[in-house]
Amino acid sequence: MTGRSRLLLPLLAVWGMLLAGSAHADAASEEAGLKVAKERKARDQGWDNSVAETLMILRNAQGQESTRDMRVKTLEVDGDGDKALTIFDSPRDVSGTAFLSISHTTDADEQWIYLPALKRVKRIASRNKSGPFMASEFAFEDLTSFEVEKYSYDLLREETYEEMPVYVLEQKPQDEFSGYSRQVLWIDKQHYRVHRVDFYDKKGELLKTLEFEDYKLFKDTYWRPMTSLMYNVQTRKSTDLITKSLEFGVGLEDSDFDKNSLRRAR
Amino acid sequence: MISIRLLSASLVLASAGASASVDISGSAGVEARYFFQEAAYQHQDRAQQSLFVEPEFYTEWNDGTDSVLFRPFARVDSADSERSHIDIRELQWLHLADTWETRVGVGKVFWGQTESLHLVDIINQTDGVEGVDGEDKLGQPMINYRTFGDWGTLSAYVLPYFRERTFPGEDGRLRPPLPIDGDAAIYESGAEEHHVDYALRWQKSMGDWEVGLSWFDGTSREPELIAPGVTPDELKDVAPVIGPNGEPVIVPYYAQINQFGVDLLKVQGAWLLKFEGIYRTGQSEDFTAMVAGFERTSVGVFGTQYDLGLLVEYQYDERDDNFFATGQNDIMAGVRWNLNDIDGTEVLAGVIQDLDESDTYSAFIEASSRMTDAWRWRLDGYFFSSNNPTETYYFVRRDDHVQFTLEYFF
Repeated sequence: MTGRSRLLLPLLAVWGMLLAGSAHADAASEEAGLKVAKERKARDQGWDNSVAETLMILRNAQGQESTRDMRVKTLEVDGDGDKALTIFDSPRDVSGTAFLSISHTTDADEQWIYLPALKRVKRIASRNKSGPFMASEFAFEDLTSFEVEKYSYDLLREETYEEMPVYVLEQKPQDEFSGYSRQVLWIDKQHYRVHRVDFYDKKGELLKTLEFEDYKLFKDTYWRPMTSLMYNVQTRKSTDLITKSLEFGVGLEDSDFDKNSLRRAR
Repeated sequence: MISIRLLSASLVLASAGASASVDISGSAGVEARYFFQEAAYQHQDRAQQSLFVEPEFYTEWNDGTDSVLFRPFARVDSADSERSHIDIRELQWLHLADTWETRVGVGKVFWGQTESLHLVDIINQTDGVEGVDGEDKLGQPMINYRTFGDWGTLSAYVLPYFRERTFPGEDGRLRPPLPIDGDAAIYESGAEEHHVDYALRWQKSMGDWEVGLSWFDGTSREPELIAPGVTPDELKDVAPVIGPNGEPVIVPYYAQINQFGVDLLKVQGAWLLKFEGIYRTGQSEDFTAMVAGFERTSVGVFGTQYDLGLLVEYQYDERDDNFFATGQNDIMAGVRWNLNDIDGTEVLAGVIQDLDESDTYSAFIEASSRMTDAWRWRLDGYFFSSNNPTETYYFVRRDDHVQFTLEYFF
């Protein structure tokens, strides 16, 4: 009997720890997590449309650097994912290439690419959302708009991050074709801005860390980071996304985000 | 002739827009071709070098709703005088409005969805001396009106001038035993290259589908090949293929045709399903042709950041004896490998196998990568095999080659 209990005790202890661990993801913390996600989305609604000039700096493990210039036009869509048209200006061999993405909250996104040399608009199989965007450390899915329905949530804890009180929120992609098992976000309590995201791969290993810096306020309402730093922990490659200019309310509408506008992009 | 006339038109346009700012970009490069086997025919070389330049001049006004694009092209080739040529790829005034646009001038248009064959794509003539893949096109004079709405995009074309296909000359490889004399072309229409052609196309995205319908009425871009001295009226009695003990030159014959085309694409998860079909009347026989297949891309294969795409397409053509209709009952299997690296390295390779004759096939590899932001290298290889003298690939069976290109973008 005593021998048995000696074995049983540590087992119970482990069991108890497991229980405690999973107790994190109880209904209350999930509810709290969803609330944070909804508030994050609510704080960023009504910006309508924008145009940005962006510089992407790609860096491999050896420190070799290469830059990409692009312009991004974005349209907010009520009750669905956003629409985005990206035009590449450099490197010059891809200059004029344009990429149109119509994202959806639950359905598969729709994507087309325009190849100017061939004058050809090609449809893309958007299920490949986990693939890299322009050889960067950003996956296609990292660049589509945040929609509450895309994830399930769990509020892990509240803490201080860079002297700001933050929520630490876990979100799990609902889409089985996502490249991630889960993401952990640091969201400040004051403005619900995301400051950091840890991406975990399908095996549950930490894959990438994304840090948002230099937040600027637009139209007195919308916070946008001017710098996004993505670091791949596994390959030690990194990508900086730097917003050189950003303008809201530039009069873009639905018709600026179809295949004809893709052909017209220049 | 056309080139010179267009060139003077471009100078007029260029001087008219002199006050506006002109963006200059483009590319230039060197290319070396090496053929693995001794030539099959006289005058042909083992190696061939060339220089090419393709600048682009662009200016816009009225807030970008009006623009002119001028894109000339020139190549100088060491071996084949026919391959040394200039062309106006584009010289076009584009006017944009909310729901319509017009293009007037010389332009390029692409129609279709498949990869191994472009059956539906008919507006531009193939620049046959440029490459064996037929992807290079000559600029087409046109007036194009395009209008769009929820119902899709409708394009109407008036094509007032016909461009003759270019063919390798006597000193060039990749030709039949007798060179094709492109300048000696025979036309069904008395107006010859001045015949006015018309085309219509409707295209729409519908959820997971891309649907295109097209119609063309005019001079066939794809000629039939005949012996010289044969009038078009006699054509019915002459097999439009090259006789084994042939005549001194081969002449392209351009008939008046009607062509209906359908092109479809469906997104099915990670699969793209593709189809193109045409029905053409007016040549020596009325026929249908089609190509159907899929492309399936896997991302992050083997635990890397690579994309690997598998392409399979089946080609069918009712014609037995057209020199250019090689995809009669053939299957293409290929891979597209995208390394997703900083240099943008891509490799596309495949085999096209004739299902009627096991020894008739061709293969290709096209690889390219960036060396710096401005320089890109490209390595293309093409391989042909056939033991049957009635097959097109029989004529080029000794023309397996690799082609290395260094291209500078400015």
